[in-house]
Amino acid sequence: MTATQLTAQATRADYCVLACAEAWRGDGEVLASPMGLVPQAGARLARLTFSPDLLLTDGEALLMADVPPVGGAPEAVEGWLPYRQHLSFLATGRRHVMMGASQIDRYGNQNISCIGDWARPSRQLLGVRGAAANTANNPTSYWVPRHSARVFVPAVDMVCGIGYDRAAAAGPSATRFHRIPRVVSNLGVFDFETPDRRMRLASVHPGVTVEEVAEATGFALAVTGDVPATREPTAEELRLIREVVDPRGLRFREVPA
Amino acid sequence: MAADKTMTPDQVVSRLRSGMTLGIGGWGSRRKPMALVRAILRSDLGDLTVVSYGGPDVGLLAEAGKVRKLVAAFVTMDSIPLEPLYRRARERAAIELTELDEAMFMWGLTAGAQRLPFLPTRGGLGSDVLRVNPRLRTVRSPYEDGEELVAVPGLRMDAALVHLNRADRAGNGQYLGPDPYFDDLFCDAADEAYLSCERLVDSAEFAKAGPPQTLLVKRASVTGVVEAPNGAHFTSCAPDYDRDEAFQRHYAESAGDPEAWAAFRARFLTGPRSEEEYQRAVDDWHKERKEEAK
Repeated sequence: MTATQLTAQATRADYCVLACAEAWRGDGEVLASPMGLVPQAGARLARLTFSPDLLLTDGEALLMADVPPVGGAPEAVEGWLPYRQHLSFLATGRRHVMMGASQIDRYGNQNISCIGDWARPSRQLLGVRGAAANTANNPTSYWVPRHSARVFVPAVDMVCGIGYDRAAAAGPSATRFHRIPRVVSNLGVFDFETPDRRMRLASVHPGVTVEEVAEATGFALAVTGDVPATREPTAEELRLIREVVDPRGLRFREVPA
Repeated sequence: MAADKTMTPDQVVSRLRSGMTLGIGGWGSRRKPMALVRAILRSDLGDLTVVSYGGPDVGLLAEAGKVRKLVAAFVTMDSIPLEPLYRRARERAAIELTELDEAMFMWGLTAGAQRLPFLPTRGGLGSDVLRVNPRLRTVRSPYEDGEELVAVPGLRMDAALVHLNRADRAGNGQYLGPDPYFDDLFCDAADEAYLSCERLVDSAEFAKAGPPQTLLVKRASVTGVVEAPNGAHFTSCAPDYDRDEAFQRHYAESAGDPEAWAAFRARFLTGPRSEEEYQRAVDDWHKERKEEAK
């Protein structure tokens, strides 16, 4: 089978894995902390290809010396990272986390705590978890498996992870290490490479139109020039996704084929 | 020879008072001191302030009306992300909440253990954690940088409850799983700490189970020791046992339906008069499931 044929068969989930992997490109020797199945596959793909120095956790207390498939256990362990060390390590900055977002706004403020009035939420979610310290201390990207105007909202109900406007308003201690490299959804890739740090549509996954993304977004996205398509995986990247990183197809639970 | 501090779960509860601030160790649905939590559920204790990396401990105590206030960064059951009883309590505004980031919580515990009024953190700046907790203050660095940081107040507790794999009668505690969680900090940040364990052993046996760094909790920080086999059920207690996922699902599904919840409560919470009766009820439930599967 030729590379072109393989690429032609890339599913939306494969593009999402690749787009998540790209978040860690150029990061060097830092801890990749992916939350969610597609980001877990992405971090593994990045380590196996263009970011070989990444540290990967097993999702519990161990750093993996090898790269087992998503859902698998490592055969070799290279480090110990119990929660207390993880919560300290994030403040070293040698970490790039990709979190989920129940709500996210145009400046990258993220909410996973609750929907509605915090004092009496209409829907209690996870809680603030580590979002506040993550965003203040190390690069934080986001993964949204079901892009909709209920997630991409004009204003989040509770700011857990801080966006660019809130960081700026809080002052230099908040902006010092604050960075949101990218947001990946099932429709496209987003960044904040705009003069006023508004969310920009950086690429659309093949098969998705700019109009579709705009319609599923509750605020006006910045668009600069022609929006490119999310890049194609190489034949080797596709093989790694399918045979090594996620042979059980767990990524399809988040993004149906 | 150090004093023998062994006691029963009900003896632990008899030493607690309504209105106390209670720290609960473990994390999410992992190594929670559930035998001690169940003993509280059987008691008339109430009006508690609970400090926890929350799991079903929080859900159960909240549902039973025992919690006035919660200090937490999350409440989850890990394999089931949202704790259904906690959700219900929050959506009814049945409990007060101090919501902190996970790392802020850790530095709060650390400050509490070290008897400090606060520790500074960068995490929290700019977030709504400061909005929903109007008591939180920032502090300016006295050094050249002049940075303004969050002053996370020390979390002090009247009593802490933790569950470890092994302990001796004097209150030394050993964990054998991959993660200590924050159980030593909980014990150090509390005026009294109660340690339940899977198995009581002679101190000489610790070295056979693991290296010295597995000895997490020191007896100087422990008031009482309880032998509670399967005492973290249905949360995990690696390597002694994994989470009882089938039972946790049963808990979560029951919580979503008033009739099913009444049956669950009667069978596992209000019915059993002791930890032993609870464990028998769980065994019987598993046997029935196996029979039904045949």
